[in-house]
Amino acid sequence: MTASEPLQFDEMNAPDGTVRDAYRDYRQWLNQQDAGWMRRKSGEAESFFRRTGITFNVYGEGDAEERLIPFDMIPRIITGSEWRRLARGIEQRVRALNAFMHDLYHRQEIIRSGRLPERLFRNNRAWLPQMVGFTPPGGVYTHIVGIDLVRTGPDEFLVLEDNARTPSGVSYMLENRETMMAMFPELFARVKVQPVSNYPRRLAKSLAACAPEEAGDNPTIAVLTPGLYNSAYFEHAFLADQMGAELVEGSDLRIVDGRVQMRTTQGFQPIDVLYRRVDDEFLDPLTFNPTSVLGVPGIMDVYRSGRITIANAPGTGVGDDKAIYSFMPEIVEFYTGEKALLPNVETWRCADPDSLKYVLDHLEELVVKEVHGSGGYGMLIGPAANRAEIAAFRAKLRSNPDNYIAQPTLSLSTVPVFTQRGLAPRHVDLRPYVLVSPEGIDITPGGLTRVALKKGSLVVNSSQGGGTKDSWVLDD
Amino acid sequence: MLGRVANGIFWMYRYLERAENTARLLAAGHRMALTRGPDAANEEWRSVLTTLGLRKPYEAVYHDYSGTHVSDFVLRGKGNPESVLTMFERARFNARACRSAITLEVWEAVNEGWMGLQDLLDRPVRDTSLGTVVSAIRRESTLARGATHGSMMRNETYAFARAGTFIERADNTARILDVKYYLLLPSHAYVGSPLDTGQWDNVLRSLSGERAYRWLNAGRMDARSIAQFVILNERFPRSLAFCYSAMRDNLASLAQIHGVDGQAHALVSEAEKLVLGKSVEDVFEQGLHQFLLSFIRSNRAVADAIAQQYRFVA
Repeated sequence: MTASEPLQFDEMNAPDGTVRDAYRDYRQWLNQQDAGWMRRKSGEAESFFRRTGITFNVYGEGDAEERLIPFDMIPRIITGSEWRRLARGIEQRVRALNAFMHDLYHRQEIIRSGRLPERLFRNNRAWLPQMVGFTPPGGVYTHIVGIDLVRTGPDEFLVLEDNARTPSGVSYMLENRETMMAMFPELFARVKVQPVSNYPRRLAKSLAACAPEEAGDNPTIAVLTPGLYNSAYFEHAFLADQMGAELVEGSDLRIVDGRVQMRTTQGFQPIDVLYRRVDDEFLDPLTFNPTSVLGVPGIMDVYRSGRITIANAPGTGVGDDKAIYSFMPEIVEFYTGEKALLPNVETWRCADPDSLKYVLDHLEELVVKEVHGSGGYGMLIGPAANRAEIAAFRAKLRSNPDNYIAQPTLSLSTVPVFTQRGLAPRHVDLRPYVLVSPEGIDITPGGLTRVALKKGSLVVNSSQGGGTKDSWVLDD
Repeated sequence: MLGRVANGIFWMYRYLERAENTARLLAAGHRMALTRGPDAANEEWRSVLTTLGLRKPYEAVYHDYSGTHVSDFVLRGKGNPESVLTMFERARFNARACRSAITLEVWEAVNEGWMGLQDLLDRPVRDTSLGTVVSAIRRESTLARGATHGSMMRNETYAFARAGTFIERADNTARILDVKYYLLLPSHAYVGSPLDTGQWDNVLRSLSGERAYRWLNAGRMDARSIAQFVILNERFPRSLAFCYSAMRDNLASLAQIHGVDGQAHALVSEAEKLVLGKSVEDVFEQGLHQFLLSFIRSNRAVADAIAQQYRFVA
C-alpha cells in the first residue's frame, strides 16, 4: 500500500476525488438521475423480490420464516482486464483443487512428498474412507466451486475461502441481474456488461458432461433438495426450473435395479446425474448418518458402481477446510507446477506452537476462525471484540489449538451502497461460480458480491446482516 | 413428472378452487341475510357453515350465527382449519413445493394472491368490507386460473391441475345443492312463494349461475329447471355434468401422454354415468339427496384412485 492510498480501498472513488475507470460510465449515468427517483427505485427492488419469492428461510422465526436478503442497487463493477486476470487465477486454483481431491483419495503423492501433513485430513470429518480408490465419472470431484475473494487494493485480490461442497448463492447472482435489468433497462444500454443469465444452461451442460457413460447423450439430471424448509430452498427450485431438471427430495428416490430412480406418475425412472444440495452426512443413511431422511438408502453403493454422478462428489468437503486452505499455495504449486496466481490471506495455523504463541500475543488485531466453521459463526474479530470475548477465545485456543486458524484483519475494499442520505462505502467480498467438467473449467463472469450493510462491519454473511449487489464485469 | 409433485399440483388447484367457492358462498349468504329478518338470516349463515362442513369447529368458538362471526370464522378464523386464508396459504405452500412444475406467471399469481389476502385478512372483516374481501378472493383465484390457462404447457402438470380443480368444484357444487336439496323437491315446491324463489336464487348465486340460468329459462324458477341446470347442464361451468366432462377430458389426456389408463379412468366413467346423458326425472326418481350423496362418494373415489394410480405418495 503506498502512502497516497487510504487505509481502505474504495472501488468506485479514488482518494483524489476522481472516479475509477470501472465505474466511470455508471457514475456518469448516476449523476444524471434524480435523487428522489432513485429512493423510490430502492423501495421497488424489495417488492420485486417479494413477488418473485426470492427468499431465504430462517429456522425458528415462526411467522417471519421467509426473509429477503437485502439487495443494494449500486452495482459492484470490475473491468474486463481485471476479470481476465482473476479468471486465470481462479481456473488454476480450481484445477489444482480437483487434482488434489483425486490424489487424496488415491496415491496421496502430496503427503508422500512431505508437503502436507497427513493428520490434516486423517482427523478431518469431511474426509470419507468410502471414496478411497474410487474415481467419480469423468474424474470430476468439484463440479461446482465458489471461490470467495476479497480485495485490498487496485491489484490485490486474495482468496479468503474455497467452497468445494455445495456453494450457494448463485440464484442471487442471477436474480440480482434480472432485478437491475428490470429496474434500470436504459443503464444496460449505456454500460456494456457481460451477461450471467446463461449460467443455468452452462450448469446443465457441465453436469451432463460428467454423467456416467451409460447415460448416453441425453442424461437425466435431478436436483436433490432437503426440502421446503431448507434455507436455500428457493435456490434449489430456481436452478432445477432454469435447468429443466427435476427437483427431487429423498423421499422421491429409491434404488431400483441397481440405479437411483425417482417415483414419477408413471413409475420409477432412473437418474444419471444428481446435483445434490444435501450434505454428505445425510446423503445415505446406510453409509453415513443412519437417522437421515433427506438422502437415499444405498445411493453410495450405486455411486461406487459408477451408475450415477453425484455433484459435488462426496468427500470434497476436505477442500473447504480452513487448515487445508492454509496449504493452498503449496497445493496449487504441487499439482500445476506453477506459482499460485491468486494469493491466500496470510494464515497462522494455531496447531503450530510458534504460530499459536504469535496469535495469542496478537488477538486484538487478528481474526480467528474455527477450522471447520462456516457462515461467519464461531469466529473472533479481534479489533471489534471486547476484553471478555478475547479472554474467552484465548481459553478456547489454549485448550484446542488445532481447531483454529488466525488471519490478519484485512482492510477489505469498499463499494458504495445506496442509503437514504446518499452513497456510503461498505465492505464487500466476491464469490465467483466455477463449473468443472471433462470439457473444461467454465467461470461465469462476475459472481455474487456480498456486502456488509452495517457501517464499518466486515461480516458479509446474509445470516448476519449482509446484503448483496449485482456484480458487473465490463465487456471492454 | 414426480408423483409428489403431481400430488402438490392437484391439491394446489383444489385449495384455490375451494377458496373461491367459499367466497362465493359467503357473498350469496350475505346477500340473503340482508334481505331477510334476523331469524332467517341466522338460518342462512348456519346453512353456509353446514355446506362447508364447519358447524363443529364454529360452534366450539361461537354461540350465535351472526354474519360477522360466521364470515370472520370462514375467512380467517384461527380455530378454522379450512379458512379461506388457510386455503390460500396451502395453495401457496404447494406452489413453492412444486415451483419447478409451474410457470413464473402462475407462481406470481398465487404468491401475490396470498400476500394480498394476508394483508386484507390481517384484521377482522367488517360487514361493510365483506364485499371487497370476497371480490378480492375471487379476483386472486381468477388470476391464478388465468395464468394457468395462458402460460402452462398442456402436459401432465396441466392435466393434474385441471383434475384437481374439477374434483373440488364438483364436490362443492354437490354440497351446496345438498344443503338445500329439500327446497328443490317437487313436493315442496311452493311455487311462486317469495321465500323459495329467494332460496333458489341464492343457490344459483352461490354458483355464479343466476345470469346464465335466467338467460336459459326466461324468468321461470322451478325445482326441475334448477336441478336440470346445476346438475345436468353441460355448458354451465360449475354444473356436475360439466365438471365430469372436464374430468373425462383431463384423464383422457393423461392416458394419452402415458399410453395407458387405469382404475381412475374406470371410476371416472362410472361417475360420469351419474350425470351425463341423464334426465332430471332420473335424478328425482332416485331422490335428490340420495343422488347427491352417491355422487359425492364417487367423486371422492375418483380422487383417491387418481392419487393411487399416479403414485402421489410413496
